Amino acid sequence: MSAAAGDTIFAQASGTGRAGVSVIRVSGPDAFAICANHIDVLPKAGQFKLRYFQADGQNIDHLLVLTFRSPNSFTGEDVVELHCHGSPAVVKAILAVLTRYPQARPAEPGEFTRRALENNKLDLAQVEGLSDLINAETEAQRMQAVRIFSGQLGILVESWRQNLLRAAALIEVTIDFADEDVPVDVSPEVSALMAQVMKGLSTEIAGSYVAERVRNGFEVAIIGAPNAGKSTLLNTISGRDVAITSEVAGTTRDVIEVRMDVNGLPVTLLDTAGIRDSADEIEKVGVQRAIERAQQADLRVFLKSTLDEEPPFALSQDDISLLGKGDLHVAQDSTISGKSGDGVDRLLAQIAEILSARAANVGTATHLRHRHAMEAACEALDQARSVLDQNPASAEIAAEYLRYAIRKLDSLIGRVDVEMVLGEIFSQFCLGK
Amino acid sequence: MKHHDFDVIVIGGGHAGAEAAHTAARAGAKTALVTLSLDNIGVMSCNPAIGGLGKGHLVREIDALGGVMGIAADRSGIQFRLLNRRKGPAVQGPRTQSDRKLYRAAMADLLGKTPNLAIIAGEVADFIAKDDNVSGVVLADGSEIRAKAVVLTTGTFLRGVIHIGDTRMAGGRMGDKPSVKLAERIDTFNLPLGRLKTGTPPRLDGRTINWESLETQPADDDPVMFSFLSHKPFVRQIACGITHTNEKTHAIIRDNLSRSAMYGGHIEGIGPRYCPSIEDKIVRFADKSSHQVFLEPEGLDDHTIYPNGISTSLPADVQQDYVRSMDGLENVSILQPGYAIEYDFVDPRALGPDLQVKAVKNLYFAGQINGTTGYEEAAAQGYVAGINAARCAMGQDAVIFSRRDSYIGVMIDDLVTRGVSEPYRMFTSRAEFRLSLRADNADQRLTPLGIALGTVGEARKHAFDTKMDQITACYAQLNTCQLTPSEGKKHGLNMNQDGQRRTAVELLAFPDIEFTDLEQIWPQLADHDLQVKQQINREAQYAAYIARQERDVLALKRDEAQTIPKDMNFMEIEGLSTELRQKLTKVQPRDLGQAGRIDGMTPAALTLILTKLRQYQRKSA
Ligand SMILES: Cc1cc2nc3c(=O)[nH]c(=O)nc-3n(C[C@H](O)[C@H](O)[C@H](O)COP(=O)(O)OP(=O)(O)OC[C@H]3O[C@@H](n4cnc5c(N)ncnc54)[C@H](O)[C@@H]3O)c2cc1C
Repeated sequence: MSAAAGDTIFAQASGTGRAGVSVIRVSGPDAFAICANHIDVLPKAGQFKLRYFQADGQNIDHLLVLTFRSPNSFTGEDVVELHCHGSPAVVKAILAVLTRYPQARPAEPGEFTRRALENNKLDLAQVEGLSDLINAETEAQRMQAVRIFSGQLGILVESWRQNLLRAAALIEVTIDFADEDVPVDVSPEVSALMAQVMKGLSTEIAGSYVAERVRNGFEVAIIGAPNAGKSTLLNTISGRDVAITSEVAGTTRDVIEVRMDVNGLPVTLLDTAGIRDSADEIEKVGVQRAIERAQQADLRVFLKSTLDEEPPFALSQDDISLLGKGDLHVAQDSTISGKSGDGVDRLLAQIAEILSARAANVGTATHLRHRHAMEAACEALDQARSVLDQNPASAEIAAEYLRYAIRKLDSLIGRVDVEMVLGEIFSQFCLGK
Repeated sequence: MKHHDFDVIVIGGGHAGAEAAHTAARAGAKTALVTLSLDNIGVMSCNPAIGGLGKGHLVREIDALGGVMGIAADRSGIQFRLLNRRKGPAVQGPRTQSDRKLYRAAMADLLGKTPNLAIIAGEVADFIAKDDNVSGVVLADGSEIRAKAVVLTTGTFLRGVIHIGDTRMAGGRMGDKPSVKLAERIDTFNLPLGRLKTGTPPRLDGRTINWESLETQPADDDPVMFSFLSHKPFVRQIACGITHTNEKTHAIIRDNLSRSAMYGGHIEGIGPRYCPSIEDKIVRFADKSSHQVFLEPEGLDDHTIYPNGISTSLPADVQQDYVRSMDGLENVSILQPGYAIEYDFVDPRALGPDLQVKAVKNLYFAGQINGTTGYEEAAAQGYVAGINAARCAMGQDAVIFSRRDSYIGVMIDDLVTRGVSEPYRMFTSRAEFRLSLRADNADQRLTPLGIALGTVGEARKHAFDTKMDQITACYAQLNTCQLTPSEGKKHGLNMNQDGQRRTAVELLAFPDIEFTDLEQIWPQLADHDLQVKQQINREAQYAAYIARQERDVLALKRDEAQTIPKDMNFMEIEGLSTELRQKLTKVQPRDLGQAGRIDGMTPAALTLILTKLRQYQRKSA
C-alpha cells in the first residue's frame, strides 16, 4: 500500500480528456532507461528536445521531451516528462507502451506528490496546500468505493473477495496447521476458486477497455476515396471549420480529429486522408497512416463515391457504409451529404445507437491503474495455479503468488489481511490439538 | 548520585523472564532475576513441547541471537519432528516434545552459569516509582531492590482465576498463588487492561493407559535441532500415542455442557480460536464425530501423560467420564484435572517497539502479560525486552526488530500496532516476507546483530564465522562452474534450450536440479560440507522470489526511515477520520511504516501524515 521505492511510476500529469498538450510523467530509477528505448537520444538532464516517441517500429507521436536527474526534479527522482499532443488516443498509446515494463507501473493517485514529500521536494507553502488536495482525493476514492461496492458489480467483487479469501485460507491451513487434522491436498479446490476469479477478472478487464472509451471518448473514423466528401461531412457535423476541405483530391493528408458529444457519449471523429493508390511518397505515408488509424478506431463510416465501390479494407459488422455527396444523388436512406446536411442526423443517431450498446458493457475499472492491477492479479493467479498443478508441495510459493494477487486487488476488493485469512481458517476447520 | 543495586531487574522466571534476564546480563548489564521460587525457572505451564510452525522459527531466531531457549529445548528434547518436512524450507518448523524436568534443569543450569546475573527468590509486590519513572521493586517482605530498568514478565499471574466446572479459585497457574498486590500496583499506572483465558487438559497416569491398543507417532529418523550449536539429540527419543474422541465422548460432553466453566457463563475472558477446549470443538464443529488426541509423555522417567487436544473446564468427574470413553483410556486415572485460567493482560499498544511501556519510564513488559500465548512467543519478547532494558540502563539506543528481518519483528510489530483480540500466537502466514525469514537462515539474519549487541558468545561467533566462510567459498566455486543448455542436456539436466550460459548457482534455481546433480558434472563440488550444500540449495530455490520482494523490502525500509516524533499530535490532523485519529493516538506509531499497518489506514491518509511530518520538521528546524 505504501509507495514502493524501487518502482518507476508513470501517469498523465495533466488532466484527462482532450487538451492542446498532455503531459506524461515517468518517475523512478528506470525512467531514463525505459524512455530511451522509445526516444532516440534523450535530451541531457535539465534540457528539452523535440523527439519522436516510437514503439514497434512506428512513430506514436512527435513530442517535447524533458529530463530531470535526481534530486533535481519534482519528485526528487529521475524524471522524464513527455509533452505530447493532447489526443486521448496518443496518451493512451504511450501509457500502454510504458505498461509493458515490469519495473514500471501506473502511479497511484497522489503518488508523485507522496514521493516529492518523501524526498523533501516541496516547500512549506506547497505542503500546506496539499491537505485540501488529499481530502478531495480521499473523497473521490470513497465515491469510487461506493460505486464499486453497490449494484451488480458489488456482488461480483464480493464473490472474488470470498473466493480469494477461501483459497488463501485453504493454502495457509495446510502450511500452518500441517500437524493437525486438516485436508492434505487442497490444490483442486484452490485451483477452481482461482479459476473463477480469473474468469471474472478477464471479463472485467475486457470491459475496462470499453470503460476507458466512455471516459476518454470513442473513435469514429470516416473513410473513403479522396474527394468522397469526408471533410465536408466532418465540418458540418462539428459546425467548425477544422478539416481543410478543398476540391483538390488528397488535401487531408494527416488524420484530423474532432471531439464532440453524441447523445452524451464522448466521440472523436477522425477525418482520414483519402484512401487511394498514390505515387506521391508523402501522400503514400499519409494513406498508410489513415488506414491504420481507421482500423484501430471503434467504428468506421465508409463514404462511397459510387454505389458499388468496395471498401479499402474489410469492414467490421457494425461499420456504416453510405453513399457520400448525397446532394448529387437522389436522397435515400443510404445517402448522406455534408453540403446539404441531409442524412447527418440519421448518421449521428445510428452512431449513438451502436456506441451506446457498447457502452452498456462498461466495466467499472475505468482507470488504467485498475486494469493494470487486474491484469497483474490475473497473471499471478495463473502462476499460482500452475505451481499448484505442477508441484503441490510448493504451497508456500503458490501462497506467495496468491498474496501478491490479493494485494494488487486491494483497491477493488478491499484489504484482505492475515487476520481475515486466519478467521476463515478457524471458522472452517477444527484446529487445536 | 542515585544508588542502583542493579542495572536491570527482571520479574518472573518463566520463559519470557529467563530469556530477558539472560539477555540483559549477556549484554553487559548487572541483572537480577526475581521470581516466586527458584524451582519455577523454566516451568512449562501447559504442553511439554517447544517449537512448531512459526514458533520453531522464533526459537531459531532466539538461538541465533545467543538466547537460551533453543539450547534448553535440545537438551531436553525427547521427540524431535520437523513439521512440513515435505514442503519448502521456508515453511518447515522444528518441534520437539520436552522432558519437563530436563528442560527446567537445563534452564536453571544455563542461567546459573550466566555472568552478571543474580537469581533471587521472592514475590515482587510493588514498584519503586516516582512520577511515572520506575527505579526498582519492593518485595513482599518489604525489602527494596533498585535498578535502572525493570522488566515485568509475570505471565498469567495478574489476577489469575482458575476454573474447574463451577469451582473457581485465585491462582497464577495450578499450585501457584496469583500476584494480587502487583496487579493492584499496576492499576495505578492506568494502563489499558483486558481479560483473556486459556486452558489445559487433565494429566493422565501413563501406567493406567492400555498402550498396546493405540497407534503411535515416532520421532524423526534424522532429527533437526533448534540450536545452531547442537548436532544431535542429547537424550533418548520416544514415541507418542494417538487416540480419538468418539460419539460417546461427545455425548458425555454435550450432556454436561452447562457444567463447564466456559459454557456455564463463568468466564468472560476471550480464549484462542486455534486452541479450543474440547467443549468448543464439540459445539462449534458438531458434525465432526471424532477428534485426534495425542498422548504425550511429560518426561523419560515420568509417568505423567499430557493428552494434547482435550483442554477443558468441565468438572473433574465429567473429565474422568469422557476421558475414559476413549480407546486405550478405559481405566485411566487422572493425576490432575484440566482447568481454564483467566488473567489480566495489558493492551500491547501501550508499549513501544522496544517493549517499553510508553507512559512509564524504564519499565518493560514481556510475555503472556502482553496478550500472547506460548513459550516461544514469550521467550522472543523476553529477548527484546531484556536487550532494550539493558541498553536503556547503560544509556544506549533501543534496538528495534523489523518485519523485514525476523519473526520477532513481525510479532512485536503486530502486538504494538494492531493490539490483540485473542491470545496471540505466531503463524508463518503472519510474515509477509516468509520466503526469506526461514528457520534455516535465522543465524545469517540475526547472529551478526547478536554479536554487535554482545549477546552472542565466542563459541557461537566462531561457529557462525566458519559457516559463513564455507558458504562464501562454496558460492565462489559454484560461480566458476558454468554450462550452456546444450551441455546441460548432455548431462541429463532438464533446462530451457535458450542458449544462455548459466552458473551452477543459477542452475540450482531450477526446481528439479539438486546439488547432487551438480556434483555429477563438477566432482570438485562434492568436497563441501553437507550443511553448506543444503543451505545453498535452499537459498537458490527462493532466490528469484526473494529478488522480486526486494522492492517491497526497500519500500518498507524507506517508510521505516520516516520516523514520527513521539509527541506528534494526531488529533490535530484535519482530513483524517476521527476513527483513524483515535487509532493513531493509541498506537503513536514510531514511523510511517508502522502507521501504514494500522487497521483502516489509506494511502491518502498516509500522505497526509507525511505532510504533517514535513511541516513539523520544517517548523522545528
Ligand atoms: C493453564 C494454562 C494453559 C496454557 N495453554 C497453552 C497452550 O495450550 N498453548 C500455548 O502455546 N500456551 C499455553 N499456555 C501459555 C504458556 O504457558 C505461556 O504463554 C508461557 O508460559 C508464558 O510465559 P511467560 O514467561 O510470559 O509467563 P510464565 O511462564 O507464566 O511465567 C511467569 C513467571 O512469573 C513469576 N511470577 C509471577 N508473579 C510474580 C511476582 N509477583 N514476583 C515474582 N515472580 C512472579 C512466576 O513464578 C512465573 O515463574 C498456557 C498457560 C497456562 C497457565
